[in-house]
Amino acid sequence: MAVAYTPGLRVTADALIRQVRRLPMKGQVLVSAEQTVAADQVIARAEMPGNLQTLRAAQMLHIEPQELTAAVLKGPGEAVQAGDVIAETKGLFGLFKQEVRASVSGTLEDVSAVSGHVRIREKPRLVEVLAHFAGNVAEVIEGEGAVIEARAALVQGIFGVGGERRGVLRVVADGADQMVQASRLGDCRGCVLVAGGGADAQAIAAAAGAGATGLVVGAVRDEALRDYLGYDIGIAITGQEEVPMALILTEGFGELAMAHRTWELLTSLEGKLASINGATQIRAGVIRPEVIVTREGAAAGGAPKEPEQVLEVGSRVRVIRAPHFGKLGRVTAMPVELAEIETESKVRVAMVQLDALGQEPFDCAQGKQAPAERLVRVPRANLEIMQE
Amino acid sequence: MADVMRIVATDCGSTTTKAILIERRDDEYHLAGRGEAPTTVEAPFDDVTVGVLNAVGELEELTGERFIEARESKVESRKSDLGSRISNVDLYLSTSSAGGGLQMLVTGVIKTMTAESAQRAALGAGAIVIDVVAVDDNRQDHERIARIRSIRPDMILMSGGTEGGTVQHLLDTAELLVAADPHPRLGRGFRLPVIYAGNSAAREGVEKVLGDRVDLIVEPNLRPQLEAENLGPAREAIHRLFLEHVMAQAPGYDKLLTWTSAPIMSTPRAVGEMVQLAAREQGVDVLAVDIGGATTDVFSVFGGQFNRTVSANLGLSYSIGNVLAEAGTANIRRWIPVAVDEDDLRNRLRNKMIRPTTIPQTVDDLLIEQAVAREALRLGLLHHGALASGLKGVQQARTMADLFTQASAGGTLVNMMSLGLIIGSGGILSHAPRRQQAALMMIDAFEPQGVTRLAVDSIFMMPQLGVLASVLPEIAMEVFQRDCLVPLGTVIAPVGRAREGEVVLEWRIGTESGQLRAGELKRLALETGGTAEAELSPARGFDVGAGKGRRWTGTVEGGAAGVIFDGRGRPLVLPSDEQERLRKLGEWVRTAGAMPGGPS
Repeated sequence: MAVAYTPGLRVTADALIRQVRRLPMKGQVLVSAEQTVAADQVIARAEMPGNLQTLRAAQMLHIEPQELTAAVLKGPGEAVQAGDVIAETKGLFGLFKQEVRASVSGTLEDVSAVSGHVRIREKPRLVEVLAHFAGNVAEVIEGEGAVIEARAALVQGIFGVGGERRGVLRVVADGADQMVQASRLGDCRGCVLVAGGGADAQAIAAAAGAGATGLVVGAVRDEALRDYLGYDIGIAITGQEEVPMALILTEGFGELAMAHRTWELLTSLEGKLASINGATQIRAGVIRPEVIVTREGAAAGGAPKEPEQVLEVGSRVRVIRAPHFGKLGRVTAMPVELAEIETESKVRVAMVQLDALGQEPFDCAQGKQAPAERLVRVPRANLEIMQE
Repeated sequence: MADVMRIVATDCGSTTTKAILIERRDDEYHLAGRGEAPTTVEAPFDDVTVGVLNAVGELEELTGERFIEARESKVESRKSDLGSRISNVDLYLSTSSAGGGLQMLVTGVIKTMTAESAQRAALGAGAIVIDVVAVDDNRQDHERIARIRSIRPDMILMSGGTEGGTVQHLLDTAELLVAADPHPRLGRGFRLPVIYAGNSAAREGVEKVLGDRVDLIVEPNLRPQLEAENLGPAREAIHRLFLEHVMAQAPGYDKLLTWTSAPIMSTPRAVGEMVQLAAREQGVDVLAVDIGGATTDVFSVFGGQFNRTVSANLGLSYSIGNVLAEAGTANIRRWIPVAVDEDDLRNRLRNKMIRPTTIPQTVDDLLIEQAVAREALRLGLLHHGALASGLKGVQQARTMADLFTQASAGGTLVNMMSLGLIIGSGGILSHAPRRQQAALMMIDAFEPQGVTRLAVDSIFMMPQLGVLASVLPEIAMEVFQRDCLVPLGTVIAPVGRAREGEVVLEWRIGTESGQLRAGELKRLALETGGTAEAELSPARGFDVGAGKGRRWTGTVEGGAAGVIFDGRGRPLVLPSDEQERLRKLGEWVRTAGAMPGGPS
């Protein structure tokens, strides 16, 4: 394979966000092209057909399936109420009559002379799609939804749970490496909380209990996530969890500080309305959780900068596996030959100059020699490219 | 066969397309080269042949030969050159699992009877079974309908009712399908193929209900009697429809189908063909496993009966979180020969889940991933054992002796004592830094009994050899034995009960001899390609393949791990005391030569 890279997550103060907001089925679109929409505005609506309930009518009446049509009292399309008699036999001289009553209210959908079944469709359910973030309608998808577009700050997380939520950003930690302080929570109704270093199980429960709609943190311990959900996540496809508050991790599991740049951006947006989504899919067609904050007064336009995807000498990187997990640095060399690592595997590696705490990152463009202790060899598969 | 000098075969996987070149030299067929490139079924390419040409292009670079006709340079554009094709070879063959493979819904009447037979038919044909609908699946009709709508299968296999059995349930299922109105995953506007292989008495009614709503194909009943299955016709129909419908709808396959000398085969089916051929040729029961990032495929041939299962959520990257959820931390920790705290273990596995393409750089991380692999393999075999079984629902005449042995119909066919060969595949096994690590992972996970050979498919070429076997089985087998299988050695595991330290086996292998005690793992070097005559005398009450206390004689084969004597007992129970467990694990791993940094 010629190219080895791990695309980094996007963290930017200004991006053009375009999202397709679509109904799960055909319905009615309530907005028009170029219209300005608010985050909580309903843009499309549909009636989801109710559940289909089957009654084994012929069997219940002790008749053959082909005799059912004559025994049914209502036709397809007619409304029925739970308990209504919908089919009956005449019996003998009015005696020994058998009848079938509707098990639910709805519409009689089908009477089958082949199987002898009657099917009742329950009442439809209303499904609505919101704009989710403030912006403009870039395109209307007839009968399905719309494409919403806005200039916004965007933070992609690495993992999340809980679906779409909206709330005002509020910072509840003192730094990128500081945990949530329960004492700072107070009334969190309508808030998306931000804490750098993470949150333990008690703080997560307290935030959810205080009415927060979301919590964005650097990391949590897996045990705290299990406590919050009440079960162990199996496959990393999330977003449908029944939790009161969406939880987004920007770095991973364990005790990890939020990346400085992410922390700076989120704290600078405190007080603004954030649209967040914890949905994550780590498979082909990867989906990462995200925080979107629409920039006020900015007109849509201009293509967003695509994340850098090729790892090369000079790339800013983050190490995403032990023993240097979470450290940032810059690639100084990309040896062609396979190199043997501690496990005795022979793999493609990169030489990475790690940033020292409190020091300027090493600038390979200026050809400075790196101190040996900060120069490490890392498998290329364990590097994530950081956007600069 | 004499005219075939050169064969190119490709396997278009979900992420990578692999090409191999087989050549005849000195009247023998050899693997002469291998190339790979990213699969290009998805956007922005939307054409599988781009990846095929790139993989074959790498073969060209490695061998200096030309296999691609009418192409000026390596394909890097978004569309492959229409004039390009594979040439300068006697045969070009391909398998495919790209685009998610063949995804099927199967239906039956009773879950453990006809629905299970339908599952076996679909899995054996190389499909991924995404749901099984049965009368007793504990779901309401509306739940079944919602599920069928959401999964969008490539095709449906309907079974149920033995001949002379139920008709009503088949009609119910047909009406359920009409209500769900499922659409195929690929190809807008084409009708979903539905294979009906149920009770022939219900055919007419099913045809009436499904009518022209689907593309209905009628095949003989796959479970005509409770005592017998007839899976062949349904499997052939699945294969035919896979080519005619699914492949024809997948991007670029219309072109690829015109390039190949024989029909394209689904990857798991091709592997299954090769496993069956190996079992036939070598006259042994075979277990083969392919453990990937998302799924684990298990294939077996026991007593001539082939079975395949897919554990869709057991894997070492995307699905590592599910192995944690299904096996639990205690089961994973028990295999790690160094102290790792539970909290740390959980966080490490979750970090692998969210960044699935990373690789272990430290010894601790490697040992943890190999521990997870043991649990994924163990669970994969458990799933396999449940489906690779005799027919359930069969009434048996019982003798008094059966009352004591508790033998029942529908028991698993998996017999670890009769098993002669285990083949491992997938990154964690094929690319383990030391071959001994692959051997130990398979021994710990599968707990083979008696005398069993171990091997890995080093570059996963069983798919290409499987499709070659459909045309030229002799060449496929020759290359399989010479270049595909990397022998790891032989494991000898006596089965019985003894106290720690008691002698359970006396052995003589070639000129060497010794004893094996309960709780011990020992290793005797026997190089790859080497064989030795063995005489194994188990202690009273112990069985090593010839019966309790009976001497076994035969030939054992060598490999990177040599001959491993496993006296740890079956089932393998690890010490409950933490320190003792770590001490024993460390001892076993070092004895097997599997500890990084330790002696090999």
